[in-house]
Amino acid sequence: MESTVPLSHYLVLSTTLFVIGVLGVLVRRNAIVVFMCIEIMLNAVNISLIAFDRYMNLHTGQVFSFMVMCVAAAEVSVGLAIIISIFRNKPTVNLDEFNIMKW
Amino acid sequence: MFHLAFLVPLFPLIGSIVNGFFGLRIGKKAVGWVACGTVAFSFLVTLLMLGQLLFTPAEERLFEQTLFTWMAAGDFNAAFGFQIDPLSMVMMMVVTGVGFLIHVYSIGYMHDEYSYYRFFAYLNLFMFSMLLLVMGNNFLMMFIGWEGVGLCSYFLIGYYFEKKSACDAGTKAFVMNRVGDFAFLLAIMYIFYLFGTIDYTEVFHAAPEKLILGAEPVTIITLLLFVGATGKSAQIPLYTWLPDAMEGPTPVSALIHAATMVTAGVYMVVRCSVLFNMAPFSMSVVAFIGGGTAIFAATIGMTQFDIKRVLAYSTVSQIGYMFLACGVGAYTAAIFHLVTHAFFKACLFLGSGSVIHGLHGEQDMRKMGDLKKHQPVTYITFLISTLAIAGIFPLSGFFSKDEILYHALMDGNTILWGMGVTGALLTAFYMFRLVFMTFWGESRVDPHVHPHESPKVMTLPLVILAGLAAFGGLLGIPLVHGWHALHNWLEPVLHFDMASTLEHSKHLLHEVGRHAPHWEALLIEPEENIWIEISLMLLSLTVALTGIAGAYFCYVKKPGLPDELIKGQWGYDLVKNKYEVDEFYDATFVEPTIQGSLLLWKKGDAQGIDGAVNGVAQILGWCGQQARVVQSGFVRNYALFMVLGFIMLLFIMFF
Repeated sequence: MESTVPLSHYLVLSTTLFVIGVLGVLVRRNAIVVFMCIEIMLNAVNISLIAFDRYMNLHTGQVFSFMVMCVAAAEVSVGLAIIISIFRNKPTVNLDEFNIMKW
Repeated sequence: MFHLAFLVPLFPLIGSIVNGFFGLRIGKKAVGWVACGTVAFSFLVTLLMLGQLLFTPAEERLFEQTLFTWMAAGDFNAAFGFQIDPLSMVMMMVVTGVGFLIHVYSIGYMHDEYSYYRFFAYLNLFMFSMLLLVMGNNFLMMFIGWEGVGLCSYFLIGYYFEKKSACDAGTKAFVMNRVGDFAFLLAIMYIFYLFGTIDYTEVFHAAPEKLILGAEPVTIITLLLFVGATGKSAQIPLYTWLPDAMEGPTPVSALIHAATMVTAGVYMVVRCSVLFNMAPFSMSVVAFIGGGTAIFAATIGMTQFDIKRVLAYSTVSQIGYMFLACGVGAYTAAIFHLVTHAFFKACLFLGSGSVIHGLHGEQDMRKMGDLKKHQPVTYITFLISTLAIAGIFPLSGFFSKDEILYHALMDGNTILWGMGVTGALLTAFYMFRLVFMTFWGESRVDPHVHPHESPKVMTLPLVILAGLAAFGGLLGIPLVHGWHALHNWLEPVLHFDMASTLEHSKHLLHEVGRHAPHWEALLIEPEENIWIEISLMLLSLTVALTGIAGAYFCYVKKPGLPDELIKGQWGYDLVKNKYEVDEFYDATFVEPTIQGSLLLWKKGDAQGIDGAVNGVAQILGWCGQQARVVQSGFVRNYALFMVLGFIMLLFIMFF
């Protein structure tokens, strides 16, 4: 391996980003921010996929990351639409205001 | 010509379908034509086959036609097949012939009914089922016909379904028949278990070789068969449905509850004569039940005032005679009486229908009287049939009833003979009571009602049936050897070699190391003694005339006498209330069943089963209520659970 940056660095970055994302989802109240945190989590996973791909000389990781991007794009469109309709329903995007999804 | 056998039941089926589905559209006239036409065609085909059967040598008179295999499961194989032999031919002639006349009569009788087409659709369906019953070549075919006629009987008893009593009567008939049918079904299963087949020819051929004379299997089979017969043929203890069945229109009473369906039990016993011959105990049961019913029903018949009910009890009583004949081994006499009874009883019922029609629905004999001048044709035909049933020489009933009494005496059983003679006396009495109350004496008719003679379409069948009732006796002329046409005709079917069966049974018993009981008495053939026969005839003629004279004295000479005689007699009230048998059955069977069903419904079903099911559901619902708090509705809560769960999974995986 010629690479000067070892795999562990990528993985640490990926994990850090993922944990940031998870904590963001759990603690933030703004739906938009929560949404962005989900995106961060997805991208953290992408980083680790690419890193493994590069270091193990596989190509499936790239394909997976493309897949994740596609899903993320689709998710964004649906998710934003949901947030907008939530906002129309009640003039706030504070998630603590929304508990109508219980039975 | 025999390959046309399938047409005989097919025609009425077509008629039933046409009338049932298109009856309202094609109009009353067409319905009548379809109904009568199809039955007429059946009758013609039957006549053609009769002709061919007559020209076949006696021992070859057996034709079987298998249309298709109906069901085959493992060893069990049931064909949809017909059997034409002298016995089924007699039944087919009666069913299609008398049936046709009654169809024609119904055109007139039912003319003002709205659901005319429904009546004829059922009536044709009945003809179809009845023909299946008598023409089938195996027990299952007979059973299907048996159920079919029961169903049509139910439909037609409940024809006036707006009337609660009619509905109840229909249900009663159906349920009581079920009791018998169940026994019949058990018998069929037992037969299959023993023989591996249910085909008549094979079973009756194998029976003398496989079964031991008088042993349990054959006795059980025959007793079960006979229980089936008591249901359909209205014998003690399952007879109470028949008088109630008079709620149906009168042609139905004539066709189903007098001439054909109720005699199906007799046909079945005669058909299984081989089995019955091998079971002396069952034979005595049959004979005593038959004789007992003959007297029992006759006594009730003497006290009834509804014209149709009198005839109904008379039917029960006469079928009792037929079983009495079967029980003493005189199968020919049973069939002979079946045929003549079909003639005169159909005529009597149709005559009573004509009376009811003429009086605009009045059935109570206390509101009749002196109808002979208003309804001369009905009166004459009714009188002829009444003389026939009373057993007056030379009308048909004289010959057939006398033959039964003769065989009962010759069988060596004076009690049975005594029962028969008593029954004959009672029959003559109550039938002439009916005639005198209806047609003679002073008119007690409601002054607003003007009795009138029925139209030709009704009187013509009456005249034909009266003719048959008068001359039907010529089928079986006694005394002269070889002149008994019906006996010669049925001989190939009823042939049974008692001596060799007995030897074989001894052999079978010997193999298993048992001793044969004393069977020699079964072999004794009574000597034909012409003088006994003649004196019996004179005696029964005297008995019949005594009955008639008694009725004349009580109901014409001194009309007030019966009322004085019965005043305060508890016995009379008992008989008039039909021996309280209905009440007894209600108390012992119907009420407990209803109460038991209510208990099962209210306690067992509503509380037990429903309680268990609802209880489980409630427990689950309660659990759900408890678990519900987890579902807060906050998205981030769910996310937290997911993360926690994921971490737990990680722990499980790595530690």
